[in-house]
Amino acid sequence: MKALVAMSGGVDSSVAAALMQQQGHDVIGVTLKQWEGPDGQMPTAGCCTVADATDARRVAAQLGIPYYVLDYTEEFRSSVVDRFGADYLAGRTPNPCVECNRRVRFKALLDRATDLDCEVLVTGHHARVVFEDGSFRLKKGLDAGKDQSYVLHMLGQDELAKVQLPVGELTKAEVRAIASDLGLRTANKPDSQDICFVDGDYRDFLTTYFPETAQPGPIVNTDGEVVGRHDGTSGFTIGQRKGLGVAVGEPRFVVELKPASATVVIGDRGSLGSTLCRVDEVSWVDREPADSFRADVKVRYRSEGAAARVDRAGEGWLASFDQPVEAVAPGQAAVFYRKDEVLGGGTISTAA
Amino acid sequence: MYLDHAATTPMRPEAAEAMAPYLAERFGNPSGLHGVSQAAKNALEGAREAAAELLGGTRPLEIVFTGGGSESDNLAVKGAALANGARRGVVTAAVEHEAVLASAEFVSAMGCPVSVVGVSPDGVVDPDEVAAAVDGDTAVVSVMAANNETGVIQPVRKIVEQVKAVSPDVPVHTDAVQMFVTEDVSIDQLGVDMITLSGHKFGGPQGVGLLWVRDGVKLEPAIHGGGQELGRRSGTHNVAGIVGMAAAMEAAARTRQSVRDVVRDVRDDFEARLTAAHPDAVVTASGEERLVQHSHFRIPGVLAETLLVLLDQAGLAAAAGSACHSGAIEVSHVLAAMGMDQRDAQECVRFSFGWTTAPGDGRKAADLVGAAVGSLR
Repeated sequence: MKALVAMSGGVDSSVAAALMQQQGHDVIGVTLKQWEGPDGQMPTAGCCTVADATDARRVAAQLGIPYYVLDYTEEFRSSVVDRFGADYLAGRTPNPCVECNRRVRFKALLDRATDLDCEVLVTGHHARVVFEDGSFRLKKGLDAGKDQSYVLHMLGQDELAKVQLPVGELTKAEVRAIASDLGLRTANKPDSQDICFVDGDYRDFLTTYFPETAQPGPIVNTDGEVVGRHDGTSGFTIGQRKGLGVAVGEPRFVVELKPASATVVIGDRGSLGSTLCRVDEVSWVDREPADSFRADVKVRYRSEGAAARVDRAGEGWLASFDQPVEAVAPGQAAVFYRKDEVLGGGTISTAA
Repeated sequence: MYLDHAATTPMRPEAAEAMAPYLAERFGNPSGLHGVSQAAKNALEGAREAAAELLGGTRPLEIVFTGGGSESDNLAVKGAALANGARRGVVTAAVEHEAVLASAEFVSAMGCPVSVVGVSPDGVVDPDEVAAAVDGDTAVVSVMAANNETGVIQPVRKIVEQVKAVSPDVPVHTDAVQMFVTEDVSIDQLGVDMITLSGHKFGGPQGVGLLWVRDGVKLEPAIHGGGQELGRRSGTHNVAGIVGMAAAMEAAARTRQSVRDVVRDVRDDFEARLTAAHPDAVVTASGEERLVQHSHFRIPGVLAETLLVLLDQAGLAAAAGSACHSGAIEVSHVLAAMGMDQRDAQECVRFSFGWTTAPGDGRKAADLVGAAVGSLR
C-alpha cells in the first residue's frame, strides 16, 4: 500500500512514518507549508518552521523515503487564520487545530493523497481508528495524557476509511523509545504546544494581522458595573483569571465577552459554571444518534469529559451537564464521547 | 530522467577532471609569494584568460570571479548604483531573476531611484519602455538575456542600442546564466557592458560564477576585504571551482551547436506530443523567441505541485520555476508580471533539457506526463 505521511518534524509523525515503512508500505513524507513570514519563507520561530521541515526532511532521508514540502498557505490562510481572527472579533475562542484538521489536513491533504495515488493518509496524532461492527470508529489514543481525538472529531466514515494513526496505539514514552532505537533525530524533541502560526503571544499576532480586534472597552462585573478598562476583547478568554488588571479582593474570572460593545464581563468562580451549552456545526463519526442521548462532553482540548444529556435543538444540539462545567467558551469544540469513543462533535455557540 | 537543467546541470567530466588537482596537491592560496601560491595563481589566471576568450576575446582583467550568478547580479546592480558613494538609479524589468530585483529593492531602500518596467503577456521587455525609463541619474540598466522560468529571450541588443541612443554612458548589464549553453554569449553579440554567468548552469561546480565588466564601468565591491579581483570581490579564490568553471565553459562552448540541435529537437518533439495528447495544454510564449532547452507549460486543472510529485515518483525530475528554501513551490513573480492569474500560475511546469539529454527523451517525457495526468483525470 502507498501511504502519504504528514510529517511535522516532531517525534510522533517521524515514528508514524517509520512504523508505516516497517509494516511494508510505500511511504511518501510531506510537510505542509501553512504559514509564511513577511518574506514569503517558512517561519524561523514558533512551530512549523524551517527547522521543523528540516527535521522532517532529515528523518525522511534517514528512513530512505521520498519527501516533499507542499504549499498550503492559501488554504490555511483562508480557512484557518482568517477564521481565527473572525472568531476573536466575534468574542469566540477559536481552536485553529480543529479548523486546520477539518479543512486542510483531512480535506485538502487527503484529496492530495488520492491524487498522489496514496491509499491512506497517515498522521502522528494520538488517537485510534478502529474498524468495528461494520464501521470505522474514532477512539482516544492509548496514552490518556496525550490523547488528541478531540481535535479529530470532525472525521467521518469517508475520511476514516483513508486515515491511519499508528502512534495512537502507543504511549508517548513508547513513541520516543522507538525513535531512539531507530536513532531518529526527533527522539527527544519537545512537544509543540503553541498555535503553529503564532510566534510568541497570540495577542500580538491578532494586533498585527487583525488590528480591529484591538478595540478598547470596559470591564464590567456581573451586575453591569464598570470596574476597569481593557485594550481589546481578543486579549481575554472565558475562564481567564490572570492579567485582568482589576483588583477586587477575591479571585475574578472572565465569564463573558461582548465584542459588539467591546465589553469584558468578570465574575466570581460561581458565575463561571455552565449547565447548558449549545453546539452547532455538528458532525458524526458514524450514524447520527437518536434525538436524545447521554455522553461525556469535552469542551476543551485539556479537560475531562463532563457527563451530560445531549438533545437535538433545531439545527444544533444542546448539552445539559449533570454538574456545572467551568469556562465553557463559545468557539471551542464540544466533542461527544461514549467511554473512549468519539461519537461526533461541533462548535460551541453559546453557554449558560 | 533529469529535466531540470535550468536549475543545475550535471557536471561536465572535463570540469571534474580539471578541478581534481586543486582539491588535492595544488591547494595553494593564489595570493602569495611562494611557489605553492604561484601554481594556484597560474591556474586562476589561465581560467580567467579562457573565460575572456570564450566571451569573445575580452581583456582577462575584465572578468571578475564571484560566488555564483546571484553574486554577479548583486555586484552589477548594487555595485553600479552605489559606486563612488553615490545613490544612482537602476532600470530593470519585472521578470528579472530575484538576485537583480532584490538588489534593486535594496538600493531603492538606500535612496536610489529604481524603475521596473513591465513585460508583454508573453514576457517580453519592450526596449522603448526601457529607454524611456533611463535618465541622467541612471547608473545601470539590467535586463536578462533569457528568462530562467519561461526561456523567453529578451531583445538585449535592441535594448542596448536604444539605451545608448538616449544615454551613451549608461552601462547595460545582462544575466546570461540560462543562455550560455545554447546561444552565443559574447560581448559583440549582446553589445552589453556587463554579463553574469554561473558555473553550474553549464556543467561547472556550484558556488562559482563570473561577472564580465567592461573596462571603465565603476562598481562598489560586492564583498569588501583583502582586495582580490582588483578590489571588486575580496576573499580567497575558489581556485578549484574557478578552474572547473572555465573547463566546463570550454566544453559547453565547444559542444554548443550539437547540444542545441539535440535539445531543440527533443523539446519540440515533447511539446508536439504534449499538445497532441492534451489539447488544452498551453505552452508559455510559444510564439516568441525562446531558449531551445526550455519548455514551460500549463495543463489546466492539474496543479504543478501534484504533477511534479507524481513525475518525481515516476523518475522524472522537473520544476515549477522557483522554490523557497523549504522546497515548497513559490508563487512566480515572472508569471505574475506577465499578467497570469495566480491559479493558472500554480499549474505551470518547467522542463529544461540539457547536455545529457538524448534523442527520444521528448517522447519519454511526454509519456510520463501523459501517465501522470491520466491518473489525475
